[in-house]
Amino acid sequence: MKITLRSLLLHVLLLGAAVTTMAPLLWMVAASLMPTGEASTFPPPFIPRQVTLDQYQELLTRLSLGRYLLNSTVLAIAVTGISLLVNSMAGYGFAKYRFAGRDQIFKLLISAMIIPAQVTMLPLFLMLNRMGLVNTYFGVIVPGLASIFGIFLIRQFALSIPDSLIEAARMDGASDLRIYWSLILPLCRPILLTLAIFTFMGTWNDFLWPLIVLTDDSLWTLPVALANLSGEHVQDTELMMAGSVVTVLPVLILFAALQKYYIGGIMAGSVKE
Amino acid sequence: MSGSRSSAFLIFVGPALTAIGMFLFVPVIAAFLLSFTDFDIYALGDFSVARVVGLGNYGRLLEDPLFWQAVKNTLYFLLVGGPLSIVVSLGMAVLLHSRLVRLKGLFRFVYFAPVVTTLVAVAVVWRFIYHPRFGLLNYLLSLVGLTPIDWLGDPDWAMPALILLAVWKNFGYNMIIFIAGLQNIPQSLYEAASIDGAGPWQRFRTITLPMLAPTTIFITIITMIGYFQLFAEPYVMTQGGPLNRTLSIVLLMYQEGFRWWNMGYSAAVAFVLFVFILLGTLLQTLLRRRALR
Repeated sequence: MKITLRSLLLHVLLLGAAVTTMAPLLWMVAASLMPTGEASTFPPPFIPRQVTLDQYQELLTRLSLGRYLLNSTVLAIAVTGISLLVNSMAGYGFAKYRFAGRDQIFKLLISAMIIPAQVTMLPLFLMLNRMGLVNTYFGVIVPGLASIFGIFLIRQFALSIPDSLIEAARMDGASDLRIYWSLILPLCRPILLTLAIFTFMGTWNDFLWPLIVLTDDSLWTLPVALANLSGEHVQDTELMMAGSVVTVLPVLILFAALQKYYIGGIMAGSVKE
Repeated sequence: MSGSRSSAFLIFVGPALTAIGMFLFVPVIAAFLLSFTDFDIYALGDFSVARVVGLGNYGRLLEDPLFWQAVKNTLYFLLVGGPLSIVVSLGMAVLLHSRLVRLKGLFRFVYFAPVVTTLVAVAVVWRFIYHPRFGLLNYLLSLVGLTPIDWLGDPDWAMPALILLAVWKNFGYNMIIFIAGLQNIPQSLYEAASIDGAGPWQRFRTITLPMLAPTTIFITIITMIGYFQLFAEPYVMTQGGPLNRTLSIVLLMYQEGFRWWNMGYSAAVAFVLFVFILLGTLLQTLLRRRALR
């Protein structure tokens, strides 16, 4: 009896926390399905009287949300693809090749993780401005080409691959690049997936850098577009909720599908010492 | 053989090191130099117009009330929001770690969901939740008989409102790290303590908390670094207002650098942020060394 009471209390607490956590997201979805004006009534309605997709239609036709969705998707995929290649090569290199100064370079990289990205943004902007790369996809991608955290994750994983495996492939006459591509990459699949989700979500959700480097609205990503639109449409609650749903839903679905790799990655990143 | 090995090493790490060198190390050094110049909108067209002003920008910072306001606001956000979010994370981790919990995976998913959402989007959502007349939060307050609060319009409530959003958005992340830490505590310790007659609260204080100390310090450092970089919430929800009470260091840097094009001054602001983060991390690393001894 005592145990069931404790268990009951525990679940009431957990359920209360779950409802509190989900409430803002559920209200966002509900309001996005309401006709204009319905969300701005008291008490705030949680269920649309009549479900309508008007807001989504308005976003797509009048506010070119499709364009922003495309920009966000292209950029997130590009950064993920490129950085996965660059980081996995480097991570493998640091794990399995001996080179004078290798460990010092790696230590330097690890200590550089403390540099806040904001510090680099002013000169980076000036650099890109000179090169005519402000207001281009490339300008957005540049800071994400390689990531120290990504290199670190891959290196830790690659360290656990037995040297004998690599030696055996070498005996069979495989070249260094061949070994990397056909042996190491498949073995690293779980950590690559983890890194892919981190990078995709990080790029998708990123705000400050795209805000700085994209002034032309045809190149805006979803967060930049949403921040700008929400300034102009302060009163259009339902419309803005629909915009938020479109921005948030893709990453939520991705997370739901690949939860295991995402959470595993956080745990791997937290035990670095 | 070893010669070809080292050239292979260069092929593998070369692209990453080049990218990190060009887009991280060079800009950091450039930002440092930039902070000693009066680089402004005229210099944007012709770099040679910028003059070296020595420590001028840093001197101006010390006399700029807006800068002190931004530091104060950021520290408020950090020193109230940080501990609050860590306590919530720890509490939820302990609850969720219990063997009695059913549907663990579902609860974990729900608590973690805000972490992966786009900050700008949820800031837009929360701006409406904080609406003084139609917002969800004031409705809930009215149910328990409290008077409505103008969350984002009242200078005293705007920062607490941003903190509440940040805790909601972030607690799931640290919760996961705490759960990983809890899983590493040997069950036998708890059993031994139970035999000695220790109650749940005593077990938490004498076993859980000390065993989690390394995890807690790690979490404190990453939380501090993240909270120092407050930007999107005030940018979307308050534009730094009311009365500059939510102006953060990064928002000030953004406004000075990319709205008014005072890039030399803005670089000085960015470096102050860097120094703050560095000092905070050093302090906590020292504390940990002492705790380990």
